[in-house]
Amino acid sequence: MADLTTDFLGIRTPNPFWLASAPPTDKEYNVRRAFEAGWGGVVWKTLGSEGPPIVNVNGARYGAVFGADRRLLGMNNIELITDRPLQTNLDEITRVKKDYPDRAMIVSLMVPCEEQAWKDVLERVTETNADGIELNFGCPHGMAERGMGSAVGQVPEYIEMVTRWCKENYNKPVIVKLTPNITDVRFAARAAKAGGADAVSLINTINSITSVNLDTMAPEPSIDGKGSHGGYCGPAVKPIAMHMVAEIARDKETAGFPISAIGGVTTWRDAAEFMAVGAGNVQVCTAAMTYGFKVVQEMISGLSDWMDSKGYTTTAELVAQAVPNVTDWQHLNLNYVAKAKIDQSLCIQCGRCYAACEDTSHQAIWMKEGRVFEVNDSECVACNLCVNVCPVENCISMEPMAVGETDPRTGQKVLAEYANWTTHPNNPSVLEKA
Amino acid sequence: MAVTTRTPGVTAGRLDRETLTSNFADLHGELSPHEAHVAADRCYFCHDAPCITACPTSIDIPLFIRQIATDTPKAAAKTIFDQNILGGMCARVCPTETLCEQACVREKSEGKPVEIGRLQRYATDVVMAEGTQPYQRAKPTGKKVAVVGAGPAGLSCAHRLAMYGHDVTVFDAKDKPGGLNEYGIAAYKSVDNFANKEVDWLLSIGGIELKQGQALGRDIALADLQNTNDAVFIGVGLDDTNKLSVPGAELSNVTDAVQFIANLRQSTDYTDIEVGRNVVVIGGGMTAIDAAVQAKLLGAENVTIAYRRGQEKMNASRWEQDLATAKGCTILPNLQPHSIAGNDTGRDTGNNAVSAIKFEYTTSTATGLQGTGETVSLAADQILMAVGQTLDGAQDGIAVKAGKIQVEGAGRTSVDGIWAGGDCASGGDDLTVTAVAQGRDAAEDIHAHLTSGD
Ligand SMILES: Cc1cc2nc3c(=O)[nH]c(=O)nc-3n(C[C@H](O)[C@H](O)[C@H](O)COP(=O)(O)OP(=O)(O)OC[C@H]3O[C@@H](n4cnc5c(N)ncnc54)[C@H](O)[C@@H]3O)c2cc1C
Ligand SMILES: Cc1cc2nc3c(=O)[nH]c(=O)nc-3n(C[C@H](O)[C@H](O)[C@H](O)COP(=O)(O)O)c2cc1C
Ligand code: SF4
Repeated sequence: MADLTTDFLGIRTPNPFWLASAPPTDKEYNVRRAFEAGWGGVVWKTLGSEGPPIVNVNGARYGAVFGADRRLLGMNNIELITDRPLQTNLDEITRVKKDYPDRAMIVSLMVPCEEQAWKDVLERVTETNADGIELNFGCPHGMAERGMGSAVGQVPEYIEMVTRWCKENYNKPVIVKLTPNITDVRFAARAAKAGGADAVSLINTINSITSVNLDTMAPEPSIDGKGSHGGYCGPAVKPIAMHMVAEIARDKETAGFPISAIGGVTTWRDAAEFMAVGAGNVQVCTAAMTYGFKVVQEMISGLSDWMDSKGYTTTAELVAQAVPNVTDWQHLNLNYVAKAKIDQSLCIQCGRCYAACEDTSHQAIWMKEGRVFEVNDSECVACNLCVNVCPVENCISMEPMAVGETDPRTGQKVLAEYANWTTHPNNPSVLEKA
Repeated sequence: MAVTTRTPGVTAGRLDRETLTSNFADLHGELSPHEAHVAADRCYFCHDAPCITACPTSIDIPLFIRQIATDTPKAAAKTIFDQNILGGMCARVCPTETLCEQACVREKSEGKPVEIGRLQRYATDVVMAEGTQPYQRAKPTGKKVAVVGAGPAGLSCAHRLAMYGHDVTVFDAKDKPGGLNEYGIAAYKSVDNFANKEVDWLLSIGGIELKQGQALGRDIALADLQNTNDAVFIGVGLDDTNKLSVPGAELSNVTDAVQFIANLRQSTDYTDIEVGRNVVVIGGGMTAIDAAVQAKLLGAENVTIAYRRGQEKMNASRWEQDLATAKGCTILPNLQPHSIAGNDTGRDTGNNAVSAIKFEYTTSTATGLQGTGETVSLAADQILMAVGQTLDGAQDGIAVKAGKIQVEGAGRTSVDGIWAGGDCASGGDDLTVTAVAQGRDAAEDIHAHLTSGD
């Protein structure tokens, strides 16, 4: 059986699955049960400065986007950081860490953008014996209005400055949690690195309005008839998070910089994919909020089975395996030609491929007598839409054409050589050079 | 001694009221909103969907299901009613397993079609419960149409004509409108007086005058209808039934299955309905199944359906057959009636009741069905004949083909100005939904004729 033990910043945990900083990690009672269920580590719910506790709204704080059968596909929230007293949290963190020395205990922090505020809180965190800290530069609502959270995460100079304060005042790993509410996440990651961070984690939640109640004309979740944007998370955000993780992993300036991936991790497969694009481990929030702590057991068994089937013996072996294959559009091989192929023995004749291809652009599927659907290779551009709309798995596939064959759509022979846009005759900059 | 399922003879009250109520409860039940969403989500929204083609009224099924999925059941109902004004009843009685659901691509891929019938009921029930009529009459045209028969064919025709602004008079021989919806459909398919409510709802469009107790050929003459109307539609169904012609068929308790069902449907208290201990139903169609199942539900101890051909030839769908066996009925194929024996009680009073029926086994040969000579006897204190219905009193001058009124195109008979549709017309398949389709199409044709005069 594959060894799931994962070393992230020198913190060894029995598996790469950590709970992200959020309500499931807001108190001792929860975190103990999470560890009993098998989670490799937790990032404690974000702590603020000493002082009057944070207040939350007293109405609905979560909104939802559903798929079939009310499957939760996306969730948003307008919750703030922990609303319990600082000392209570610190005492609990100390106790739990003592009882679970083999699990990661990371303390998430968000205090005002002043060095003294950070010094004060770091002194107290040090006493808990936690394994490290995570700087919450991502919370998109409420705290941002007070100059914290994503208000810091959106300004690379602030990220660098606060990270530096933390490195100077704390001697264990510092992880910087990034906000996705930014145009190019690489700038934020570079700033964290420049400030001396040991790793970045991403993503925090995405600014969102999940729905509008058409009776009250208020966004959901609504509080007394008004709603504010909240942070979006869950399965729906995974593609966005994965892109951001991959961007940092392949950026020259941050390549190899440790990443803890967050955003929509719901199954072992999501975790494996995030690790393949460069994450050293993953953090989970919505899946645990939706299904309870027990989901980690499927993640553990699934990742382990899959690693066995592929011959990976440690999680480190799989990290960043897909990074070399993430590239820019201009480097894609334009000489590669594929065609859609419909397996008639699997086809159930629903005609969705036909409607999609016909009404989208290419009119490359024929509907023949008796509802037989066939691809017209002279029109097919291999866009993959038919594959995506087909309800039967593997019924339609994209078959590459062999070198030397003639593409009936273009009348050109398929070439063996790799050639991309940078050398394409239609590229104006190529024309200029010539 | 109290009457039980084993009491010999034909008697009422074999089961208590509570058991009867639960036995005759809604067969398919309603979908809750959540169940409807889950069921609707399974629809693939197929291109040129095969289910639409399979529905005799061509309801745009993927569209109405998507309308359910997006929380607009009233819009879904409108999509249904546009094609089939009796979509509520059809949702309950259509043999979907041989119509829309058989064509569903999920039937092909996983043997589990989208539950089209139940979704149709979900949508139509919303509008029925509200009691709103989704259609408005067009400005009156001053044209008059007579519709004979208030069954599915006649009602569907009348509604469409009224919608176009024509004045419609519906004549029906019975006390109540609805045709077999009211008198024939199995009780557990149309509970809670649905047939009656549906007719009231349909008539709420206005412009339709209903005249019950008016039989064509008895109380009214075709020529009069032609003289006083701009068009006539005949939808009289098949009101006569075939009888057995074997020795003993005249014995008492050898009765008509359709009549047995009609009595049941008109009863408000099933403890009053008489049923035998050993019931034998003869026939292989929907009527045979319905009579057998209902006899069983009333408390008959043994119910046997005897059919003269192979089981695969039965007109009742496989699903209907399985329903019968699941309810405890036995299906015996390849048996043709040979003779019926009486119990000799009341011989003198001429009230000799059936006690047994003898069948001869059959085989199918190239020249047709043949008896093998081998026989079998079944104890029977009640025999229900479900051996086919026929046209009652065809009208002079209207061409008849194979026992039905001959029609061309959208229900045009051999006589100008007279249309026909439903069970009484040639070419249909004796289903509620086909009758609705034919009534609707005839109305369209009549409307075109009345407005353009061709
Ligand atoms: C027992 C039974 C069960 C059935 N179950 C199903 C089922 O589950 N699903 C299904 O799809 N189909 C079923 N059918 C078939 C379905 O009921 C018929 O196909 C359908 O009702 C035909 O409609 P119609 O309007 O042509 O005729 P009918 O429903 O027979 O209506 C004809 C109307 O005309 C009237 N009428 C007759 N003669 C005259 C006259 N001379 N003058 C004036 N009025 C007259 C009658 O009173 C009646 O109201 C069943 C039939 C039977 C007998
Ligand atoms: C209710 C809720 C509260 C959250 N609170 C915090 C928080 O206090 N600190 C923080 O860093 N992230 C917080 N998050 C963000 C999560 O840690 C995580 O980054 C995000 O939900 C994406 O991961 P997921 O798709 O697995 O949920 C919160 C998320 C939710 C749903
Ligand atoms: S690959 Fe694209 S163009 Fe080709 S058939 Fe499929 S949808 Fe049409």
